[in-house]
Amino acid sequence: MRNDFRARNHPAYWAFLVHRFSGLLLALFLPLHFWVLGQALQGEAALDDFLRWTEQPSVKFAELLLVVLLAAHMTGGIRLLMLEFLAWRDWQKSLAAAAAGLSLAAGLLFLLNLV
Amino acid sequence: MRSRSQVLLWGAQRASAAVLAVCVLVHLVTIVYATRNGLSAAEILGRTRDSSLWLAFYLAFVAAVAVHAPIGLRALVSEATGWRGRTLDLCILFTGLLLAAWGVRAVWSVFA
Repeated sequence: MRNDFRARNHPAYWAFLVHRFSGLLLALFLPLHFWVLGQALQGEAALDDFLRWTEQPSVKFAELLLVVLLAAHMTGGIRLLMLEFLAWRDWQKSLAAAAAGLSLAAGLLFLLNLV
Repeated sequence: MRSRSQVLLWGAQRASAAVLAVCVLVHLVTIVYATRNGLSAAEILGRTRDSSLWLAFYLAFVAAVAVHAPIGLRALVSEATGWRGRTLDLCILFTGLLLAAWGVRAVWSVFA
């Protein structure tokens, strides 16, 4: 098979892409997250002002995405650690499915708190 | 980069990942718990202020992130742009130090 999209269209490749994409976005989000927490240095009111801004639906949606990305990066990372350090290579697809399922579950739990 | 340094980076990435697996799990459970009635500064600070346990936990979290994220970014940047060598390594080191400094400031701001 040629090395085109068909050759890469399998669960391990998608797991790799999700891990890369989530890692990049989370790394870009970190400075913003640290800045927000740093608002507490200016007092409780400053942090509350920002938290009120986050009540907007679009921000809540972004937070939901971040929770799913964080869970996906964690479960994908645990999958990689298991593949590298344990001899369970037949489980690749099952691990990828478990990572996806747990990430969505984390997002749904967070979503339940928003509605 | 010498192969010994590559092995060190690989080891640091995996060791920090193992720490982060625990930290992120605790963080996710805290997020779901903390947002059940909406977020407020009083609620967040009530949990973290003067709590040595949360201080130790978040400092370990920040330390692991400051190691893990720059090494991951280094691989991404290198693969995407072909940028390699000492300048990239220095930029990545600077990114790690900056993240650590911002992270410690953030942790201190909700503790003190």
